[in-house]
Amino acid sequence: MNINAGRNVAARHETPPVPALELMSVSHSYAARKALDNVSFAIQPGRFAVLLGLNGAGKTTLFSLVSHLFATGSGEIRVFGYDISRKPGDALRRLGIVFQARTLDLDLTVRQNLSYHAALHGIGARETRRRIEALLESIDMGDRLNDKARSLSGGQMRRVEIIRALLHRPSLLLLDEATVGLDVNSRATILADIRKLVQEEGISVLWATHLIDEVNDADQVIVLDKGRLMADGGVANLIEATGAGTISEAFARLTGSPPPPLPEGQP
Amino acid sequence: MTDAAHPIPHAITEHKRFGFTHYMICLKGILVREGLRYLNQRERFISSLVRPLLWLFIFAAGFRQVLGVSIIPPYQTYVLYEVYITPGLCGMILLFSGMQSSLSMVYDREMGNMRTLLVSPFPRWFLLVSKLLAGVAVSLIQVYVFLAIAWFWDVKAPFIGYLMILPALFLAGLMLGALGMFLSSMIKQLENFAGIMNFVIFPMYFASSALYPLWRVQEASPLLYKICLLNPFTYAVELVRFAFYGQIEWTSLAVVAAFTLIFLGGAIIAYDPSRGLIIRKQDTGGNS
Repeated sequence: MNINAGRNVAARHETPPVPALELMSVSHSYAARKALDNVSFAIQPGRFAVLLGLNGAGKTTLFSLVSHLFATGSGEIRVFGYDISRKPGDALRRLGIVFQARTLDLDLTVRQNLSYHAALHGIGARETRRRIEALLESIDMGDRLNDKARSLSGGQMRRVEIIRALLHRPSLLLLDEATVGLDVNSRATILADIRKLVQEEGISVLWATHLIDEVNDADQVIVLDKGRLMADGGVANLIEATGAGTISEAFARLTGSPPPPLPEGQP
Repeated sequence: MTDAAHPIPHAITEHKRFGFTHYMICLKGILVREGLRYLNQRERFISSLVRPLLWLFIFAAGFRQVLGVSIIPPYQTYVLYEVYITPGLCGMILLFSGMQSSLSMVYDREMGNMRTLLVSPFPRWFLLVSKLLAGVAVSLIQVYVFLAIAWFWDVKAPFIGYLMILPALFLAGLMLGALGMFLSSMIKQLENFAGIMNFVIFPMYFASSALYPLWRVQEASPLLYKICLLNPFTYAVELVRFAFYGQIEWTSLAVVAAFTLIFLGGAIIAYDPSRGLIIRKQDTGGNS
């Protein structure tokens, strides 16, 4: 996927860059239940960060706060320096989001779904057409342009959603459990595509998952458990700090739970 | 634990501020999407027409003799009951369409499609107004198709009336669409929508001047008459009724405009993440 074709690259920072995403003492409650408790971390531009946590850890709440679906009641969230509460427009323009639940309109075609998203980002028709065709070709789905979304497989739908999230050329991509419910091949393809984006285009990624095998040695790992930040660092640091032998063990020690499950179809 | 700086170079896209053209692109995108959804739901189009046509062909024909209408403004002569209820039926289309939009917003929220809209970088109020305009545009088409069929049923208004009702229908559609939008923010699940039918649509429709003139209501029940006067739908119907004859009913215009602002303001506040009702409903659609 080449999301940079024709884009205006404004900055290649020499000095410490503004973090792609920065959370400062963020808390969020649903009535009496605390979903996030004083969470702080930062992701530097060009990093692939894995937000690791079991179901109920607070990952989706965190995504809802970062994407401004919920207001940040306590603490501060900044996307490339833009406070999501004070400058939501500036922050959201830099964000591409793939939600855990499918968000394609099943009755519309792939092109119509993508065009709708492009319009919501103020991209004109000609430019939209050009970007859609180029991006779909890059994932070998150019021939599905005029097919209804409901005719796509789960993996194809997810890939279209990722293309959609990239259509407005964001600098930070958020993916919430993007591979849930997909077969092993689709998972591997999607993960490889996203890693390629980080490598080749320098895009920053926050990848939320509960699947430990999706973590790579070079990734930044952020561990959430019951709304609390348990660790934030590189894989090696995390293993060393917990005295574990593997990342899976480290995660289990940090959260006091059994090692996270491997995906279906894997021993 | 902290991590060392990562060596991978990165690119940050420079963004220009959104101008008028961008806003229009966004509005057009929302209009097109609502239009496509409407075209994809042919049964919705048919049912939106069948409902008022049944009232016109069956109810009005049956009640023509029972519910005589005296000469009241804007009419200058006795009119058939079919003619009297036509503005009310136009209002009925707008009312059902407004609630249908609300239903579709609840459905979109449940299915997750709503998030696509809400994470757009355009201001939330603009997105909601665009969605509202799209819903009104669809309902206006329904009204004019209904009026075209009614014309063959010999329910005719002066030609100027068909032009004059356009702004009246637009404003009434905005008010009812905004009400639907506001209500959608308070409904968590699609199943709860049946309550809207029982507690909003039917009372609004029947406790208004859509089916019978207010003087007749007053004769029958002074209390119901007062309720009708408090019902904004009454004023929407009267605004359309007078517009059919090239007249502006100023009180109705003022009331409809005021309620449009109130309902729309309520909807914008309800969908505001920092103040709205959505946040209180824990509507993440995810695990937690």
